[in-house]
Amino acid sequence: MRVLACIKRVPAVAGRMVLTPDARALDTRHLGFTISPHEECAVEEAVRLIEAHGGESVVLTLGPAAAVEQLRDAMAIGIGRAIHLETGDEDWDAESTAAALADAIRADEAAAGPFDLILLGNESADAGGYQVAVRLGRALGRPTVAGIKGIAVADGAVRCEQEVTGGRDVYRLPLPALVAVLEGLNTPRFPSVPGRLRAKSKPVSASSPARAAQRLELVRLVVPQGKAKQAEVLGHGPESAPAVVAMLDGLGLVR
Amino acid sequence: MTTVLVLVTSSDGAPDDVALQGLSLAREVAAGEPLHALVLGDEAAAAGLGAWGATQVHVARHPALADIAPGAAPDAAARILGDLADRLGADVVVGPGTEPGNTILARTAARAGLPFAANCTVVVPGAPLTVTRQRWGGSLLEEAVIHADRAILTVAAHTVAATPVPGGAAPVTTFEPALDDADLVVRVVERIPAAAGGVSLADAKVVVSGGRGAGSVEGFAPIEELAGLLKAAIGCSRAVTISGWRPHTDQVGQTGTKIVPSLYIAAGISGATQHMAGCKGAKKILAINKDPDAPIMSIADYAVIGDLHQILPAISAELRRVRGG
Repeated sequence: MRVLACIKRVPAVAGRMVLTPDARALDTRHLGFTISPHEECAVEEAVRLIEAHGGESVVLTLGPAAAVEQLRDAMAIGIGRAIHLETGDEDWDAESTAAALADAIRADEAAAGPFDLILLGNESADAGGYQVAVRLGRALGRPTVAGIKGIAVADGAVRCEQEVTGGRDVYRLPLPALVAVLEGLNTPRFPSVPGRLRAKSKPVSASSPARAAQRLELVRLVVPQGKAKQAEVLGHGPESAPAVVAMLDGLGLVR
Repeated sequence: MTTVLVLVTSSDGAPDDVALQGLSLAREVAAGEPLHALVLGDEAAAAGLGAWGATQVHVARHPALADIAPGAAPDAAARILGDLADRLGADVVVGPGTEPGNTILARTAARAGLPFAANCTVVVPGAPLTVTRQRWGGSLLEEAVIHADRAILTVAAHTVAATPVPGGAAPVTTFEPALDDADLVVRVVERIPAAAGGVSLADAKVVVSGGRGAGSVEGFAPIEELAGLLKAAIGCSRAVTISGWRPHTDQVGQTGTKIVPSLYIAAGISGATQHMAGCKGAKKILAINKDPDAPIMSIADYAVIGDLHQILPAISAELRRVRGG
């Protein structure tokens, strides 16, 4: 089978968010970058599916030149080749992102054959738009399911499980299909040193799509005000236990 | 004149909390103009929506959707919502910023070729419409303009208070929506009930979590002990699941479970952005950390400074002593 994983390069934000002077982006000068967490699981799942069923796995991203780092990371754990839709540093809204991905997928499928399964993250860590998979599925005319934490492929269909209140819902989509996955789908492996070396010589095909007018137009970013409160220090070390239990008692949790 | 349509998801005859929050947000946009609510199948949930600000309630009933939840056939739900928006000439379509709500509204937007703004906290009426929406699970906000004749958006969960309209009432009409087989390809075919027992993280009143400071799988023993005494759910940070100490189902955070307990005890958790996005909905937070300047302290109500491996057993022992006495 052929499996495609779509990923996004996002900053690895740990502490306080710092904005650029025009407040239209995060100041990432002191940050590392990573594959958005849900998509790390999409990549891992693509690798596992090809290990189990045979075939080809491909990774696709739309992002700046530096996003080739994330494509190499995906290839280091076993993805076969990469497609890079190279952009400038400006933000792309979900609609224009999905349109560019659809064009690239159609072109790749015309040359190499259809993808049985296209995996995406449910939402990116940074923009959190919750829609690229759905728009891509609509553009390609294929069934799409989102919020998935379990995948099994058999008999020309993909069985997908979703956690809901009170249990798990099961969907069964005929292939070809798109699945937007959540972290927890699997535990992504760490790349090995030989894997990283092999990734360096795997092919990356690059092109630069035109950015359409943004219909969800980012005006500015705002760091929300915190609770602006000072934590009440109940004590230091184990001697604080009576003060903690008194606090718990105040919340009705002791008796 | 602005016409607003709100998707109100429900379960077992009761509208979802976040859907009512969506109605409240939509009321500000409608500003006295018609406020339509769409309910999928659930007539019991439709009955009381006038008291939450709806002026007209539409219930879609279709034989193919008789026994499944609104989110369980998302393409069908999206088509019903989009067709009703067309029929009413809706200028703004609002839904709940939940997993099913976001996927339904995204599909409605994709079908119509319109932009979609997920997880909005503020909507400023006007043409074009301006919204404030959540990025990074709410750790960052974005002000954005929706350039479209119809604005499609969801309300971010638990950011807008659902406020009732005293004495409010709305007529309810039931209709059978048009659906094709293609709208029903994506649908739930089976539900696996959760195993009984244990406290669900999402619904827990008290959560006790461990972070990198727990140090190992075994390091969670004092966390498990205290959680047992408080009938609490056990949580953890992403660093812990990546290390393989706890399953991902225990993870509190932007890409784990977002929790809303009365009390959250965060032990050995520094408070990365990813984690804060999942726990900031807690009413009270007790942070236990060696570092008095850890980021978690900025959202904590109570702090204990020191090593969780000494502090948690002492708290458990004191709890037993007080309860025994």
